[in-house]
Amino acid sequence: MLLYKSMQQIVKVSQLTKQFNSLTAVNQLSFSVESGDVYGFLGQNGAGKSTTIRMLLTLITPTSGDISIFGYDLNKHRKEILQQIGAVIEKPDVYKYLSAYENLKLFAKLSGVKPSNKMLMDQLEMVGLASRAHDTVKTFSQGMKQRLGIGIALVHNPQLIILDEPTNGLDPQGIADIRNLILILSREMKKTVIVSSHLLNEIEQIATRILIIDKGQKLVEGSSAELFNDQQTILQISVANNNKVIQTIQSSTWANNLLPERDGQIMVGLNKEDIPNFNRMLAASGVDIYSLQARHSLEDYFLQVTAGKQHVGTFTN
Amino acid sequence: MKLINKLTCLLFVFGLSSSTHAQDMNVLVMKVKAKLEKVKDYTADGRMKTDVAFIKAPIGKVKVYFKSPDKFKLQRDGGISVLPKGGVSINIGSMIMQTGFVAIDAGMSTVGGTAVRVVKLLPDADAGEIILSTLYIDEANLLIRKSVTTTRENGTYEMELQYGKYASYGLPDKVLFSFNAKDYKLPKGITLEFDDTDKAVKDKMKGKKGRVEINYTAYTINTGLSDAIFK
Amino acid sequence: MWEHLQIELYKVFKRPRTYLSFAAITALIGVIQLGLLVDGKEYADFVMADFANSFSVDGKILNGYFICYVILQLLLVHVPLLIALIAADMISGEANMGTLRILLTKPQSRTSIVMAKFIASVIYTLLLLIWIAIMGLFLSMLIFGTDDLFLMKSSYVVIVKESDVFWRYAGAFCFAALAMVTVAALGFFLSFFAENSIGPIVATMSVIIVCTILSTMNIPLFNLIKPYLFTTHMITWKEFFDFKVNDANEAIIGSIQYPDKIIRSATVLGVHIVLFVGSAVWLFRKKDILS
Repeated sequence: MLLYKSMQQIVKVSQLTKQFNSLTAVNQLSFSVESGDVYGFLGQNGAGKSTTIRMLLTLITPTSGDISIFGYDLNKHRKEILQQIGAVIEKPDVYKYLSAYENLKLFAKLSGVKPSNKMLMDQLEMVGLASRAHDTVKTFSQGMKQRLGIGIALVHNPQLIILDEPTNGLDPQGIADIRNLILILSREMKKTVIVSSHLLNEIEQIATRILIIDKGQKLVEGSSAELFNDQQTILQISVANNNKVIQTIQSSTWANNLLPERDGQIMVGLNKEDIPNFNRMLAASGVDIYSLQARHSLEDYFLQVTAGKQHVGTFTN
Repeated sequence: MKLINKLTCLLFVFGLSSSTHAQDMNVLVMKVKAKLEKVKDYTADGRMKTDVAFIKAPIGKVKVYFKSPDKFKLQRDGGISVLPKGGVSINIGSMIMQTGFVAIDAGMSTVGGTAVRVVKLLPDADAGEIILSTLYIDEANLLIRKSVTTTRENGTYEMELQYGKYASYGLPDKVLFSFNAKDYKLPKGITLEFDDTDKAVKDKMKGKKGRVEINYTAYTINTGLSDAIFK
Repeated sequence: MWEHLQIELYKVFKRPRTYLSFAAITALIGVIQLGLLVDGKEYADFVMADFANSFSVDGKILNGYFICYVILQLLLVHVPLLIALIAADMISGEANMGTLRILLTKPQSRTSIVMAKFIASVIYTLLLLIWIAIMGLFLSMLIFGTDDLFLMKSSYVVIVKESDVFWRYAGAFCFAALAMVTVAALGFFLSFFAENSIGPIVATMSVIIVCTILSTMNIPLFNLIKPYLFTTHMITWKEFFDFKVNDANEAIIGSIQYPDKIIRSATVLGVHIVLFVGSAVWLFRKKDILS
């Protein structure tokens, strides 16, 4: 068993880059995951989430950069580190010609565990498959396979759990089940969880920290408290003449709050209490305003930062 | 048939010129035959070796059965034997034709250091399998030391006989049977071989005389063999 | 490693496909045996047609030893397909199923995973050969009995004494095992380049067929590369059934005519195995798993 060098920082990634021929899938990416985090890893399809997660799991070799997990270099301590990681990567593929029980037993052994019958059945019970333990996986629904995949990821009681797009292909009930499971893992079992998704609404309800990447680069990283801060608002402004309004804002004290445009609308990040002042400033400048809309869902932010090509930086105080 | 006609002519010439001599030869052959006829039947164990350049065979045990006048059987004691076609039936008993032949003196010679008289036997009728048989007879011991037999269907065979313990019965200890071995060729499709045998080795295996060698170790004579054995 | 091997074997023998090969072999051998039991004489006469013009062959040619030789001759051409079915699927099949990435996130070194997989395919191959031995040799011995082994080579005839045959079969089966492990290694190597099993299986068979054609054709250009093709050496098991003779053309029991050929072929096959498996390990250690 690995003794953690760093109990606080479970994963530390610095300057991670992966190049596939001419394509840079991950570019100079740095982030860290702390103990007890449910770390939401957000990005559109093809943003580099899977590549990053596969590098964390040694499935892909980075072109450059460092990964340390539990305070150890992943390259040098691969085996010990992997012993403490459970993962479901995209589809939870298992051996279809084996039963749930056989699959679980086989992967437990590969994870370095000598599984007892009770232990395996308990695990299947936990993911709700005890009654189907001896049926071949061929006969399972997508949701059941996903639950088995999670059972397999957890069978060796790992400290860090990595779930790559765990809700793909699941029905609403399945999605809710996964969400609950992540909460149990985090709150009751005190596990650290990294969960990736291209859907923000899945993440926003459970993540304690969030990283948003696009085109292999970090757009924003921060705690949910910060990102979901009610005080932090995005003002969506619909006007007759964008350029004039932008000029007005740039010459005002709010210049730094200007965000990239979206759908032809001006976006401004503001604290809630500043909105009246900002409003007054705009009115005073004499521009024609059709509508002013305050948004505080991260969804907007997510869409905005991923749609904009701009590197935003860390969204923290 | 041409050969037969020639031989008939030969016989005719010999018949005219030396009929008295021929009679002497007939007497000699009959004496040899009489000696052989003392043996009504025998069983013998032997070791047989087939020596043909393109046949690799182990030495095998054989059992030979003979019953007068012309029943002969060579049985391999298990195993597989390869023998020149038709050759096996040519045995000492049938070297001397049972009926109707003319014996012609063809002079003296030596076989393995023993002086022998060369006698040619020609059948009266031309229907038989044997066309011409040449016997090299050791007159002192009334033993056939060598025979060369030309058959209608199966070519010419040469048999050399060496005697020991059973000489008094006219039975050889060792028979060396020579014949012309025609080599064969199999298409590779059948053998599924990628043929890379050295050419030298192949040539060595081509067109030589083949031999079958039988060493008899024990004879059991005149025990009254049943005919059933030869079936 | 040992545990991993057990797991790989468990997976191999839990798949219906694995038993398909054993069933196929049973059926093939059964058909040959039945055919020779009913019409064996015809077959023997056909093979010996030319030879029988000048020689008469006495004895039980169609004995178990001969039947096994016929079976090996016919079957060993087709067994590579059955081996490719498993070996060429070892990596690609898991990539296709998606299990490869789960497997590789387990705390096992990639080398150990690859070697366990390769050894599992070797064990499968050996079991297949043992099954061929049981069905082709022992069952034939039981049905047809034993006697000397009469063989027609392309330019000469060999008769192996009954007591001298069995060890030759032991040798021949060991050699065949080596040849088939080479096939397994090739299939295994090719299974790295695809994420479906059909591709590598077809590729393995294609390589074998093309190389066999090159080995068979007697064209000077091909003759240059022939000695380096593994297919040329795969049939060297036949050399066990040829012995030396002494000056008197007597068979030397227990001898082999060209032991150097066997050693050379075994070396070539061994080098191929090392190359295929070595490259597989090397590639696999570096491979980015994108499936």
